[in-house]
Amino acid sequence: MEAMIALVIGVLTAGGVFLALRGQTFPVVLGLTLMSYAVNLFLFVMGRLAIGVPPVISAAAEGYTDPLPQALVLTAIVISFGMTAFVIVLALKARAELGNDHVDGRHHDEDRHA
Amino acid sequence: MNGFAHLPILPVVLPLFAGITLLMLRNVPLALQRGVSLVATLALVPLAIALVQAAGDGTQLVYQLGNWVAPYGIVLVVDRLAAWLLLTTALLAVFALLYAIHGSDTQGRHFHALFQLQLFGLNGAFLTGDLFNLFVFFEILLLASYGLLLHGGGRQRVKAGLHFVVINLVGSTLFLFAVGTLYGVTGTLNMADLAVKLAATPPDNLALVQSAGLLLFAVFALKAALLPLYLWLPAAYAHTSAPVAALFAIMTKVGAYSILRVYTLMFGDAAGPVANLLDPWLAPLALATLTLGMLGAVAATALRQQVAYLVVASIGSLLLAFGLGTRDAIAAGLYYLPHSVFAAAALFLLADSIGRARGEFADRFDSGPEMPGARVLGGLFFVAAAAIAGLPPLSGFLGKFMLLKAALDSPLLPWVWSIVLVTGLLGMIALARSGSLLFYRTHSPHDAAALTPPSMAALAPVGGLLLLVAGLVIWAGPLSDYAHATATQLLQPQQYIEAVLGRTP
Repeated sequence: MEAMIALVIGVLTAGGVFLALRGQTFPVVLGLTLMSYAVNLFLFVMGRLAIGVPPVISAAAEGYTDPLPQALVLTAIVISFGMTAFVIVLALKARAELGNDHVDGRHHDEDRHA
Repeated sequence: MNGFAHLPILPVVLPLFAGITLLMLRNVPLALQRGVSLVATLALVPLAIALVQAAGDGTQLVYQLGNWVAPYGIVLVVDRLAAWLLLTTALLAVFALLYAIHGSDTQGRHFHALFQLQLFGLNGAFLTGDLFNLFVFFEILLLASYGLLLHGGGRQRVKAGLHFVVINLVGSTLFLFAVGTLYGVTGTLNMADLAVKLAATPPDNLALVQSAGLLLFAVFALKAALLPLYLWLPAAYAHTSAPVAALFAIMTKVGAYSILRVYTLMFGDAAGPVANLLDPWLAPLALATLTLGMLGAVAATALRQQVAYLVVASIGSLLLAFGLGTRDAIAAGLYYLPHSVFAAAALFLLADSIGRARGEFADRFDSGPEMPGARVLGGLFFVAAAAIAGLPPLSGFLGKFMLLKAALDSPLLPWVWSIVLVTGLLGMIALARSGSLLFYRTHSPHDAAALTPPSMAALAPVGGLLLLVAGLVIWAGPLSDYAHATATQLLQPQQYIEAVLGRTP
């Protein structure tokens, strides 16, 4: 399971970085979202993978899973959710103000000629 | 502690409540909103002074939120460094706000709420003793800064803002990766506890901890605008509104503060296998930043852009001081920090007044019309330029002098001396050129009615900031003593650890 999770995080991060380096705002926003998914998973896994054990004290428990990364990941999810919402609105505003969705506000035709 | 038991949390709670109140007051007259915002910001100054006095004797005030004992609970820690930065922020915020209520807060809604939330994030970042909370406060100050940066809108602002937001979101992701790795290895996020655990890193985990440590450095370098991660700064600072740019003068210093805090406490001399992790990186990168920042200032085509590059250069000087890492060098950096913040903020505010006085020429370096009130503007520009270029008798000179003196024992001595002195000269040339272009190479205006003469209300904050710079010289003795004491305290992280964990490590 560790290898699988590591692979998932790796693929998400790689995809996120690739998309974030694209020239249009929409892929960039998608890339940032993928990266935040990757880091949320990563934070969650940092408490080690454990199946079927409680995060809170109980008399019957044989072992515990670390509750702190779960709290951290909640915070991180909320923050990245808010940030994603913000960056989407900003990208739309940039589309309206700059007339196109290039991150530098340029036109495709001009880029092709340049 | 007694009556002052809750003092450390007030600089965090006050702007938070002021921000929320202002959000709820969004439909009341602007004058009332301004009043609330100004009172809340002014109240931070005596609070910060009280904290400087409380921390000045070398004690660390540790505030355990909800009385949960560290390292299980979250702590706020006030030591000399945190109090010093709180006071700098509070003073800067007062003058930036005084300038904003003169008119630029009417360009859009929620300026004052965002301003208070920005202060909430800044103060929290300086006070927190927990690495994850540092991340949270970074996000708060960034989110507020996004709003402030875009305040008023406009093509250039939106474009610069988009870059700023995207690059900072990537930075936040890296921050979380670094924090997650450190937690995975050590099982704690309390900075004092991390310092203890990291000093005992087993060889198996050494590579992990080192990569997390350097990843954190990349994040802080991004916030501080250190080479090669400074490219976002000139556009963002040059295109936002003047009081916001002035307030942002402290934002890069949050990155510098985090570098100083984390790498003296967690990766300092006493950190065993991970000691002095940053030594090969910080000083050379800072020297390169200083050089490129100053070259940018020489090549700038508008005054605000030039000041933005001067901010980059000042970060270079500051991190050079921290990178040398000796007591004297860190003290020089700490003395230089408020100076560079106040001088850069004064220039940003002044550039706005100059831009208004030149009508359609704004602050571009083109031969423009003669400004109304050119004498006052020119006089203030001269003082501010002399301050930021580091000419005697102002505090920039003292800060650089302390830095050069501290570099005497360093193996980097030839590099430090040559680069600091040459960039000082470049800065002087750049500012002399812009001054003569703006004030001397002028023609009589075609349409004098289109030019706005500077008002007293706009110039008073500039004058106030320059008086603070002068104050840094007048009280240079006690202030540099304080800076030296702060550096001494930072280089003895055991005190901090004992204060937070309540036991000897």
